[in-house]
Amino acid sequence: MGLELFFRKPKNELEKGGRNRPRGAEMEYELTETCPACRYETPQSVLIENLYVCRCGHCYRISARQRIRYLTDRGSFKELWSDMESEDILNFPGYPDKLESMRISSREKEAVICGTARIGGSDCALFIMEPYFMMGSMGTVVGEKITRMFEYATEQKLPVLGVTVSGGARMQEGILSLMQMAKTSGAVKRHGDEGLLYITLLTDPTTGGVTASFAMEGDIILAEPGATVCFTGARIIEQTVRKKLPPNFQKAETMLKHGFIDMIVPRSEQWHVIGKLLMMHRRKGAMG
Amino acid sequence: MKSAYEIVTAARSKDRQTGQNFINGIFKDFMELHGDRRFADDPAIVGGLAMLDGVAYTVIATEKGRDTKSRISRNFGTPHPEGYRKALRLMKQAEKFNRPVVCFVDTSGAYCGIGAEERGQGQAIAENLMEMMALRTPVLSILVGEGGSGGALALSVANEVWMLENAIYSVISPESCSNILWRTTERAAEAAESLKLTAADVFELGVIDRIVSERGGDAQRMFSALARDIAEWYRKMQSKSAEELTEARYARFRRFGAGPFERQGAGT
Repeated sequence: MGLELFFRKPKNELEKGGRNRPRGAEMEYELTETCPACRYETPQSVLIENLYVCRCGHCYRISARQRIRYLTDRGSFKELWSDMESEDILNFPGYPDKLESMRISSREKEAVICGTARIGGSDCALFIMEPYFMMGSMGTVVGEKITRMFEYATEQKLPVLGVTVSGGARMQEGILSLMQMAKTSGAVKRHGDEGLLYITLLTDPTTGGVTASFAMEGDIILAEPGATVCFTGARIIEQTVRKKLPPNFQKAETMLKHGFIDMIVPRSEQWHVIGKLLMMHRRKGAMG
Repeated sequence: MKSAYEIVTAARSKDRQTGQNFINGIFKDFMELHGDRRFADDPAIVGGLAMLDGVAYTVIATEKGRDTKSRISRNFGTPHPEGYRKALRLMKQAEKFNRPVVCFVDTSGAYCGIGAEERGQGQAIAENLMEMMALRTPVLSILVGEGGSGGALALSVANEVWMLENAIYSVISPESCSNILWRTTERAAEAAESLKLTAADVFELGVIDRIVSERGGDAQRMFSALARDIAEWYRKMQSKSAEELTEARYARFRRFGAGPFERQGAGT
């Protein structure tokens, strides 16, 4: 599935990537990535240096491991519960195969990575969702790992950073995936009631059951520029209301305007901003 | 035995009792309270005070409407964020005055619209989940028709969750599920089977505590049986402290999906 796209002849100029593609001499020898927003082709080496942000500001989708690399102090990340894998509890059609292919293609066991780390010198617990594993959809393992992360952080008196990217609840686990919304929310609430900080960083896209639970429950809610943040996807809304949607509907910038996000933070500043926020919430008498 | 999709059809039937009927059929002296104190009064959610067996309850129900006109004015029982905020306001009020809360849930889901998104549908649901979990008063939710995903869950973080025999509870509608799986809505019946959304299936998974008999469609008999059961439920809850109630509620939801991993011995 999807492979045919690579072998298919482009139908038109747009599919080829548009005319007049900018191409410096040095790029000829290197793999490049084409920006879906401005069509500019950036060489891999430049992209890595720029944390996968195009010169137009478009944030490329990146894996959870890549995020850990630039969000945490070097060598400080310690992963927790890395062995947990989903099971096909409901005998849902095609789910075991889907899980297997996702494990192979993403090289992850599930759609969230949890652990502890230091950011700008402050200790924290963190969970980072994985877009390359079923688009970060939340099943029982994702819900369980995030719940454990909050319970662990409550016990250890640690702040939590959550980086979200998700298509929502995982249909293949039916009603049990819906229950994860309540379960995680309960753990967030208990963590917060102990006077502990929870920061969320919403990345593209954060939707559905994840928006309607722990993504929107942060004390401080940050978002990556241009990220889509919504409960219901734009296509479904368009079909329902049969109206043209306003420009930039459900973009982080619009959500900021409507009062649902505290700050939009470019990728290059996220480590700094989060480090500073953690520092400002350090508990009196506590180290790290 | 009915197929899953026959139950889906029954749960959506226009002849089914709606939220307000449950309130008026079970409780006495219902007094409706309006508004979320922030933006508006959402007609898709009805809430207020009512008496049962000498006890004042806070009752909340999604309301689909009974004829074309009222269905339109009730937005077909699909709440906006202000509906969830009104419900939460009434639940907080119940907490303040130490009243039990009973919710009757029948919604295809939270409304998908421009205003709903702009006013934070996701945030409103998230806040209900978080706050209901910590509510220091007994909460009972009864799924009486459609239990449509997050929009239904936002009124169902309760100490006990009951479900009528022909109600459904699902993370996605069978039509959307079929569309995602097979790119057609025509296999919704198959999708309904796979989703395990009937009361019997959901009970089997441990997600609900009780299946409520519809008494062969005799609404009056169902209401009087429910009145008895709710009063009995409250007598059971009455003796519990606020800590016991919130602890039990947390534990109730904490167990979902934790099983298999314990067997593998993973984690700390």
